[in-house]
Amino acid sequence: MRFIPVSDAQRDAMLRVVGVPGVDSLFEVIPRGVRLDRPLDLPHPMNEQALRRHLDDVAYHGCPCQLVPFLGAGCYDHYVPAIVDAVISKPEFFTAYTPYQAEVSQGTLQAIYEFQSMICMLTGMDVANASMYDGATALVEAAYLAVHQTGRRRVIVASTIHPEWLETLLTYATAGLIDPVVVPAERGLVDLAALREQVADAAAVLVASPNFFGHIEDLAAIRAIADNVGALMVVAANPILLGLIEPPSAFGADVVVGEGQPLGCPMTFGGPGFGFFACKQQFVRRMPGRIVGRTVDVEGRDAFVLTMQAREQHIRRERATSNICSNHSLLALAASVYLASLGPDGLEQVARVCCANARYLRAKLVATGMFDPAFMDDDGDEPAFGYEFVLRYHGDVTEMQGRMLELGYLAGLDLGRIDEEHDGLVLFAVTEQRTREEIDAFVREVAHP
Amino acid sequence: MSAERSGSAPEARGCVGGALPVRLLFELEARKSASADVEREPVVELEVPDLDSSDPLLAKARSRPAALPVLAEPEIARHYARLAARNYSVDTGFYPLGSCTMKYNPRINEQVARLKGLTDAHPYLDEYVAQGLLGFMFELQEMLAEIAGMSAVTLQPSAGAHGELTALLCIRAYHADNGNARRRVIIPDTAHGTNPATVSMAGYEATQVPSDARGGVDVDALRSVLGPDVAAIMLTNPNTLGLFDENVCEITRLVHEAGALAFCDGANMNAILGRARPGDMGFDALHLNLHKTFGTPHGGGGPGAGPVAVGRKLAPYLPAPVVHHSEDGLFRLKRPSKSIGRMRSFYGNVGVLVRAYAYIRALGADGLREVADQAVLSANYLMRRLEGAYDLPYQRTCMHEFVLSGRRQKREHGVRTLDIAKRLLDYGIHPPTVYFPLVVDEAIMIEPTETESLDALDDFAAAMLAIAEEAAIDPDLVRGAPYSTPVRRLDEARAAKHPDLAWKPPAAE
Repeated sequence: MRFIPVSDAQRDAMLRVVGVPGVDSLFEVIPRGVRLDRPLDLPHPMNEQALRRHLDDVAYHGCPCQLVPFLGAGCYDHYVPAIVDAVISKPEFFTAYTPYQAEVSQGTLQAIYEFQSMICMLTGMDVANASMYDGATALVEAAYLAVHQTGRRRVIVASTIHPEWLETLLTYATAGLIDPVVVPAERGLVDLAALREQVADAAAVLVASPNFFGHIEDLAAIRAIADNVGALMVVAANPILLGLIEPPSAFGADVVVGEGQPLGCPMTFGGPGFGFFACKQQFVRRMPGRIVGRTVDVEGRDAFVLTMQAREQHIRRERATSNICSNHSLLALAASVYLASLGPDGLEQVARVCCANARYLRAKLVATGMFDPAFMDDDGDEPAFGYEFVLRYHGDVTEMQGRMLELGYLAGLDLGRIDEEHDGLVLFAVTEQRTREEIDAFVREVAHP
Repeated sequence: MSAERSGSAPEARGCVGGALPVRLLFELEARKSASADVEREPVVELEVPDLDSSDPLLAKARSRPAALPVLAEPEIARHYARLAARNYSVDTGFYPLGSCTMKYNPRINEQVARLKGLTDAHPYLDEYVAQGLLGFMFELQEMLAEIAGMSAVTLQPSAGAHGELTALLCIRAYHADNGNARRRVIIPDTAHGTNPATVSMAGYEATQVPSDARGGVDVDALRSVLGPDVAAIMLTNPNTLGLFDENVCEITRLVHEAGALAFCDGANMNAILGRARPGDMGFDALHLNLHKTFGTPHGGGGPGAGPVAVGRKLAPYLPAPVVHHSEDGLFRLKRPSKSIGRMRSFYGNVGVLVRAYAYIRALGADGLREVADQAVLSANYLMRRLEGAYDLPYQRTCMHEFVLSGRRQKREHGVRTLDIAKRLLDYGIHPPTVYFPLVVDEAIMIEPTETESLDALDDFAAAMLAIAEEAAIDPDLVRGAPYSTPVRRLDEARAAKHPDLAWKPPAAE
């Protein structure tokens, strides 16, 4: 297949204008020693029909789409309304560049302004940016904001955040600009006593709520501990649950970040989703990435434009707040459509159904006698959770998961494979897409090997 | 403003329906709720018992609902159709943004990226079930390594700048491993802004090296800044002047002699696909912008993907996981032996990767080479068409892009490059990249790409020539442009000084 709309005769005419006998002449500026003198060693080209057949094989090899997931761990099987893909499939949106020429980019710019507004409405924060790569990098950027804001390098991070987010933070930290200290967990929540001990001289405390185990952290207590030393509180939130529970702003969060994939983005093997980033007004000039503002044109009409670019790499170069250039604009658009289509009640309903389904599955699994709650204290109390929860399995987790996979189920995440300390623990997630029938059938199969 | 004009018919501009007011989503919502409450059915039915009122989660419940808007589907469809009509895009017309490679986005790639086997795949699927997906990712790693002339690839970085940072952190780990902490990274004065920003984020200091009279790196100047504290050079080749650096092999040799490594910014790979490979030029690492070179859509600013290809020295340091083809024939996720860790969650923007994979499989080796050939020919053609009317600072064969200067128009007519760019909008064409690279006064950086017809190129040339004449005859006309777009020049100072970044309900103001 080729996508070059120039005929041989036209090419000859162009060569005459350029004044060379052939295209090869144009490449003589490349030193002979590094000019490639053979064709690239790549598979033979395919026409469109063959390509489609081949990619059907790729996508459906092993039939991953027919599996019923009781698995989340940072990527969730939520329903995406048809209008979402209809909007992001418009070529005027998906084939457009970054809206640097505002006069002919009002569509993208207004859509981003609306996105920023909706992220503020959802998180309760004052300002939001145009989106980041994902939740993990948004969390890292929040750590950098805190370090620049406070002039301190130490960032305290809860071990209860997603292990891949933690690893991302530790990887960025190899550059030596931030100094992460990991605070251990106690019964699936950040250990507040340990946090109190470690927090001295910290730029920020980074927590996720719900955390990796699905638990809601005690943000009021964490805020108080951070306040004692003048540290910022950065909270990673699940945007679906924000339809139901108090946003981190209610507990005084300085920065709220998160993975936006649940808002209208399919799972797609883990990407692309998008990261959201919102903060208090006072930090706006330290925010990373693109920001759209409302202004007027020369005739006084409302108009939108990329603004405060003095923070950004293309203006400030080595003194930029971040090196980020691309955002995940198209998926931010998907999230806007998703949120506007559900509204506050719809989002609350989705969150509530997810949570109710999760409790229904959890109770049924515990009732089989093969699973136990993992984080219960002596009084029988457990941390509040959203639509993800951990149970201890009395058996071989690998065997159970393999057996369930044969039957077409993704039976949670084996936490023992991430950390030996969690051997026997399984992390389940249940979204609004799971029917009662699916949950009942799943439990039946788990219970009767 | 609109009130002052009442009585005269509103002006239609730029797009169908352009005379109608474009309201914010929230204003549509406000109008509706003011008139009547629309009864809505639940978006999802509860099939199991509701949360018990004693559930600890409900102790954390919202005190009041999120202040989000809610719109009926027809309103959403129309709202975004109106916004779409106010956007320029590759499908709309010629998009000659230098160093951005705004080529056509093949539709089959959009289709395959929406296959349910891909979109419904959870990232923690068992490897056995994900063999198709891991297999294509492995093949893409291999194909990109071959195109780059490198030995290993990570698909994880989400964008070009993310790829740059990935490469520098690998370089940092390499030096640390060799007991050799280094401090500086050398960057030519023609570099993209992301390069110096990445250097800072990687904990290094940027040292700038000037260009020589031919537009390449000044090799003598490079010699003088190289030293034992230099970790790497970041070089874009072909560079942002659209010129292939003839001394590239000498440059990478000098860098290696100093114990440093050479990173190639691959933003301009479209020029040399199948013609030359950064690995063969002595580079140790290269990032590729799949949304430029390999035809994946820009999406109004993302998502893109910025895989990094590296040579043998850096392969052990790549972020985890990479896809490995095991002896038993299975594809598995593996951690490179000295991996720096990871740069984001999961494996990368797989939905973007699959489009690039489909693109390379559609074109094959010959097709990719034809891409570079036509991209370079089209750029040289436009350069010849425009060099009389505008200054051309570097009189050389260009690669896939070239840089004009508007300094003559500025000096003689007081018309700046920004004015020329804005006037192009009135001709229905998106302007080129302007005021970059910084080494050219009043720079106009033009990249036509291979997917433009000769008619499109000629229309652009005609518009540029006409604007050069307008600048001489009626400079005010050009200075006031654009006139025909949905909005005209914006008050950017006001936007920055009094930031209005989120809508607030009128009552709250």
